[in-house]
Amino acid sequence: MSLKKKVSMTVNGVTVNAEIEPRRHLVDFLREDLHLKGPHLGCEQGACGACTVKVDGQIIRGCLFLTVQADGSVVETVEGLTKSGALADLQESFMRHNAMQCGFCSSGMLLAAAELIEKQPKASREEVREWISGNYCRCTGYHAIVDAIVDVLEARAKGQKIKPVVAHA
Amino acid sequence: MNKPSDLKGLVLDPVTNDQRYIGNSEPRHSARRLLEGQGTYIDDIQLPRMGHVVFWRSPVAHMKIGKIHTEHASKMPGVLAVVDGVQMAKICKPWVATLGHLAGMKSAPQHALAIDRACWQGEPVVAVVAETRAQAEDALQHVDVEWEELPAVISMESALDPKTPLIHPELGDNLCFTRSLDVGNVDEAFATADVVAEATFGFGRHTGVTLEPRCQIADYNPGERRLTVYHSQQAPHMMQDLYCRQFGLSESDVHVICKDVGGSFGIKVHAYPDDFATVGLSMMLERPVKFVADRLESFTSDIHAREHRIKGRIAANKAGDILAFEINDLTGIGPYSMFPRTSAIEGNQVVNLVGGPYKHQNYRAHLDVVFQNKTPTCQYRGVGHPIACAVTEGLVDLAAQKLQMDPLEFRKRNVIPDDAYPCSGISGIKLEVLSHEQCLRTIEKMMDYPALRKEQAELRKKGIYRGIGFATLIELTNPSPAFYGVGGARIASQDGASVRLDPSGVVSVLVGVGEQGQGTEGIYAQIAADAVGVSINQVRLVTGDTDVTPYGGGTWASRGAGVGGEAVLLACQALHENILKLAGAILNRPVTELSIHRSHVLDKATGEQLLPFSEIGRIGYFRTDTLPAGFSADLMVTRHYTQKDYPFIFTNGVQASYVEVDPDTGFVKLLKHWAVEDCGRVINPMLVDEQVRGAIVQGIGGVLFEECLYDESGLLRNGSMADYLVPMANEMPDIEVAHVETPTQSSKLGAKGAGEAGTAGAPGAVQNAINDALAPFNATVFDQPITCEKILRALKKI
Repeated sequence: MSLKKKVSMTVNGVTVNAEIEPRRHLVDFLREDLHLKGPHLGCEQGACGACTVKVDGQIIRGCLFLTVQADGSVVETVEGLTKSGALADLQESFMRHNAMQCGFCSSGMLLAAAELIEKQPKASREEVREWISGNYCRCTGYHAIVDAIVDVLEARAKGQKIKPVVAHA
Repeated sequence: MNKPSDLKGLVLDPVTNDQRYIGNSEPRHSARRLLEGQGTYIDDIQLPRMGHVVFWRSPVAHMKIGKIHTEHASKMPGVLAVVDGVQMAKICKPWVATLGHLAGMKSAPQHALAIDRACWQGEPVVAVVAETRAQAEDALQHVDVEWEELPAVISMESALDPKTPLIHPELGDNLCFTRSLDVGNVDEAFATADVVAEATFGFGRHTGVTLEPRCQIADYNPGERRLTVYHSQQAPHMMQDLYCRQFGLSESDVHVICKDVGGSFGIKVHAYPDDFATVGLSMMLERPVKFVADRLESFTSDIHAREHRIKGRIAANKAGDILAFEINDLTGIGPYSMFPRTSAIEGNQVVNLVGGPYKHQNYRAHLDVVFQNKTPTCQYRGVGHPIACAVTEGLVDLAAQKLQMDPLEFRKRNVIPDDAYPCSGISGIKLEVLSHEQCLRTIEKMMDYPALRKEQAELRKKGIYRGIGFATLIELTNPSPAFYGVGGARIASQDGASVRLDPSGVVSVLVGVGEQGQGTEGIYAQIAADAVGVSINQVRLVTGDTDVTPYGGGTWASRGAGVGGEAVLLACQALHENILKLAGAILNRPVTELSIHRSHVLDKATGEQLLPFSEIGRIGYFRTDTLPAGFSADLMVTRHYTQKDYPFIFTNGVQASYVEVDPDTGFVKLLKHWAVEDCGRVINPMLVDEQVRGAIVQGIGGVLFEECLYDESGLLRNGSMADYLVPMANEMPDIEVAHVETPTQSSKLGAKGAGEAGTAGAPGAVQNAINDALAPFNATVFDQPITCEKILRALKKI
């Protein structure tokens, strides 16, 4: 088990060099070695989507993806995408609709939703439901999540931004 | 976003003088971090020198444990300890989970790690601790346990047969608890009834499948002789008490911290053997130890729930009056009653609740709770309610059908009228105030019932089979000490809130009830902002820490808003008064001339701003020399609340489901779901909507998809998320929610619980909708989960 491989990648804009066991999954590397808290482990078999992260622009399951596969890649997690503002509209819309409860699925759900908005900007409510069916949420019943994503799709279609949610004074 | 004005029907008088947040769909501002990947769940916490534990769990349903060989595993890289049940029992006492008020209930002593025998597949037997999780898992492969398979009790149907082996011979039989109830004259009611309908209802075992698995970090500090446990848990003070008692520690030696909890639903309100084992290992090793269940462990060791078989019947007369209900409930709970709430409560609730919404006067019930060699069952969201509701509502529909009455009209005729309260339900439950009639009227309008029936009839002519199903329900919330306290379980029914005006004018609120995603902290911030008189962004919440929050029961039985919220209101009103007193002392004016408005003390008569809260804080903390002699500012107050007027405060509601069943494939498509919910005063309509929707989808999981399947030898066949079906977005319908507000008089806030009724009603509503769709075929299905196969069998197609 001591055979280690050198890997190098960009994680949330920062170059990372590491020596890791070839069996180490990307989500474990991100969480345990880089101390990122955004990607979560729910099922460890690709069923729940809580570990969703982006590798070279595409969302993947961090629990099924080996770290060595990401060698030389650009990896983005919810933390990096929050900082860049890429998820801002979705995050505001999720806040507005209370489209998260315990929040454990939220990172993965947001990344899946962001890819939907990019790839299917005209998605219907039914298509939104279909798209996020790879991401498991036990708390919300999905309705509010669908509402939140549909709002962003509609705003984008009109060229609008989602207004930030602020506490009313 | 909903404003109070958008919510027709929310017409209650305000609770506070300047109410801005209570009743409003305020977003959960403190939850923003969860959307930015900045939550702190247990697995996000890493402590210096932290070890990781994994368990060798019983591979079979029942086995005798022989010699345990740990030598090889102990020498594996990074391994810190390999511990068996005998070693663990030296520091952790066994427990027996019974309640004094459940007469005759029995269970056997249970250990943190099994000794001599393991009684279900998944019971922890040997613990392996290593420096990393991977090392612990590597070493686990080298633990060698000699074991011999024992005969197992799998079917609850035969658990009480004399030929069936005894799981715990010292108990004399496999019966954990039995209860009988006979009220009115049931035999006569059935003998003289115009219509009698009966059915046998089956309920498959299911489990909570919290997305964050059960997990904790135990950190015993030998220098302080103090144990800190970071836990993904719903009841931190309860766990503090249990750790004290099982390990012989004093309360001041145990500190339980619950940060973000990634789903709980009742799964994380119990004390599991591996909880105690993890604490024991930390005490033995004198270093932190982390346990995070993997998904397979979750399926075999998280509590299961709801394995019942109920024979039920209903009697009614020609006029359409329900005369009587009778049920016989058999339920299997695994080999031990679960600690400390006990596994008999679920069946007990079924007995209490069947027939509950209706005004009939004759009821007989019998309950047998039996042991079996499967994962222990216990309270899971809704506890007994989904079962009682599906049985009651299934029978109600059968009676209506025989009478050829519309099921909604039949319900309207039979529910306890809105002007009949307070009254007692037939099982003896005390009902304070409910609104069945108003809820039924509301849902009829919401779903446009006549139009829907018309659509159904027209489509049926074209060979499209749609069904409409209703479920009225009652749900117990805001429990009093009569729930656990009287039975001897040290689970607090009271809860407390401490509230402090900080020097800058910020209000800090510390509450015994924590946050698992329901928005508890959000509604407490709303209550605090209104009651003290500040903006919501001037309120800070602290929960989930036994060292700092007032003692309380935590999250269960939908008590967060009704009990915790009332404590927050009482504390904040007291702080409001103390701020006025301090202002009076500073200004040398009578308190009666002053009022508070939005972080300022005002001249009550003119509205002139006299002192900002920041000035109150500055003088109250830093310039007490300027205050009169003997005056104490008291800018932090604590108040507690227990609901003592009733054993529980019941809520009510009604749900309706619209489905389409394909008679060729048995496939059920959910088209739409409606819910009317009366949780008393609605503190945040949006959060209640989302509680209702999430709960409904969990209920839909139970009626259509979820089941822990066992083979004949007691092995779980579907221990992964790929095999155990849960509802996903694509199969779920849109869910429309409406509110009726009938506040409880037992508190100032008037809030009842809202967390579980959705789960309680959905299975009955969907089951009835499916049976309505199948009505042209004279077919019914009352065995949940209602799968395609069961529908095709009912249609005699397979």
